[in-house]
Amino acid sequence: MDFSIAAILAQDGVSTGAIYALLALATVLLFSVTRIIFLPQGEFVAFGALTMAAMQSGKFAGTANLLLVFGMVAFLMELYDAVKQFRVVGHTAGLSKTLLIAAGKYLIFPLVVFAVAKTVPTAHMPMLVQAALTLAIVVPMGPLIYRVAFQSLAEASVLVLLIVSVGVHFALVGIGLVIFGAEGSRTTPFSDASYQFGTVTVTGQSAAIVGVSILLIGILYVFFERTLVGKALRATAVNRLGARLMGIGTAQAGRLAFTLAAGMGALSGILIAPITTVYYDTGFLIGLKGFVGAIIGGLASYPVAAVGALLVGLLESYSSFWASGFKEVIVFTLVIPVLLWRSFSSGHQDEEE
Amino acid sequence: MPDLVLDVHDLHVGYGKVEALHGASIQIRSGQIVTVIGPNGAGKSTMLNAIMGCLPGRGEVRFLGQSLAGLDVEQRVARGMSLVPETRELFNSMSVADNLLLGSYRRYRAREPRHDDQMDYVFQLFPRLMERYKQEAGTLSGGERQMLAVGRALMAKPTLLMLDEPSLGLAPLIVKDIFRIIDRLRETGVSTLLIEQNARAALDVADYGYVLETGDMVLEGQASDLAKNPKVIETYLGLAKKHND
Ligand SMILES: Nc1ncnc2c1ncn2[C@@H]1O[C@H](COP(=O)(O)OP(=O)(O)OP(=O)(O)O)[C@@H](O)[C@H]1O
Ligand SMILES: [Mg+2]
Repeated sequence: MDFSIAAILAQDGVSTGAIYALLALATVLLFSVTRIIFLPQGEFVAFGALTMAAMQSGKFAGTANLLLVFGMVAFLMELYDAVKQFRVVGHTAGLSKTLLIAAGKYLIFPLVVFAVAKTVPTAHMPMLVQAALTLAIVVPMGPLIYRVAFQSLAEASVLVLLIVSVGVHFALVGIGLVIFGAEGSRTTPFSDASYQFGTVTVTGQSAAIVGVSILLIGILYVFFERTLVGKALRATAVNRLGARLMGIGTAQAGRLAFTLAAGMGALSGILIAPITTVYYDTGFLIGLKGFVGAIIGGLASYPVAAVGALLVGLLESYSSFWASGFKEVIVFTLVIPVLLWRSFSSGHQDEEE
Repeated sequence: MPDLVLDVHDLHVGYGKVEALHGASIQIRSGQIVTVIGPNGAGKSTMLNAIMGCLPGRGEVRFLGQSLAGLDVEQRVARGMSLVPETRELFNSMSVADNLLLGSYRRYRAREPRHDDQMDYVFQLFPRLMERYKQEAGTLSGGERQMLAVGRALMAKPTLLMLDEPSLGLAPLIVKDIFRIIDRLRETGVSTLLIEQNARAALDVADYGYVLETGDMVLEGQASDLAKNPKVIETYLGLAKKHND
């Protein structure tokens, strides 16, 4: 292997690693705020990529249908809760307002997105518009999935939440197969540009992936460090009861965390779609590599998780050169020493505290 | 504003099958400081947590004339209730400043324009917190943690402040400080429900008091009358005196 090959592999590794880093951050975020080990994170990636691809090929993105269905289920659940609440309280004050807001969020908004997806000829639109519409379809699925599958389980144990998360994963992969079929898709690259640094060529595509990832991480950093809502999310992660006593609702924090995670997942999908063919079930492997990064960070440390995910990307890229048949094996075998190291170095940290 | 801020009627609270509070009734009027004293395990914290919605209870709790049935903790906070629990529940890995800011979250949610305007007042009450502004809450001393917990609750500018043993584990000098501050809070118009082991200091500062023993309210009255009650003197004040001085 000479230097130029090594440089190409590094570039590859860094750009996929940047994607894994986003997913790792999303995984850490979800776990620390909601205690959910969210395996389906990769499904947001697949949905994002395939929705974008459908739009580019002028097809109607079936995920818009799914959004409608999720919205309706969520609204019915709100309705059920409202009836239950009414039985306790005995009057409707406040409830009608809650239901009105729920109708807006869970019925009207998905309907508007659906109508736009149905009528707008997306194939000939600029890529930014396609991406925006893709996000508008996929991102709301985050909070909807939280509402439907997890919200009522806020007090459940980590294990129960994990089991539900596995169930959600299989459901979403199945739905993905129904919506998108078994064949894979790729989208057009954002840029054909390439930049020459000495003997090393950097493609515009890699630069875009890394650039957008860094920008997103920067925005998240500012959000969590500087804004009160970001701090409220962190507070929920640090001390759930303390946060509730400040008026920060667990469900509200959960919805916000899922919105962010879905956004990071869908954006990753849009970024990765031009460089890999994405199938309905590709998300799982991609998500799992982000997950390895998150594990390296002990599901708690954002910087360590991001660096870990980047290393996973690099490792994958180099091992695909030396032993391409074993690349997944090598990457996932890495988890074992990491887990050993974590369990020896961190002592026993109870996740409830 | 209705005169009755908090009206608790026949509140029962249990853990599983075991009932820890057998029908407590208390009332707090606007601007009053009301204290509930009683020995360890009497059910004081249980009562406070149930009023806040942290524990399920049976009975009627009305706040500013409205029933709180079916409202969760967040909604009670939004209405102007604030609890400093016995366990404090600070955000340990966050700075003192962030802890205080998060205290104002309810006012931020209510879209109040200057939601963090109580910060100066809190620093005036607890200058120590200003010195520790950037320090992580988890590294504060016990006394500083109590100050932060109370300060954080005040940031929400609550109508009703509920304090669960604010003097717990503090040196006598700081205990005095804390009670002086509780007294001073009257100037903000807040109503206070104070749970205390330190009966003497609590009855000194309070307008009205209740005595809770093994889940039952056994006595109530003007705080000054309670302080003269022979039974209270024997069981609570004698002891408190020994410990205090
Ligand atoms: N989580 C719990 N599960 C079961 N029983 C509990 C629980 N919390 C408290 N109890 C019991 O309920 C009773 C009342 O406890 P509580 O904490 O309300 O007492 P307290 O008056 O606040 O006492 P202290 O002054 O020591 O704080 C005690 O007998 C206690 O053992
Ligand atoms: Mg107690």
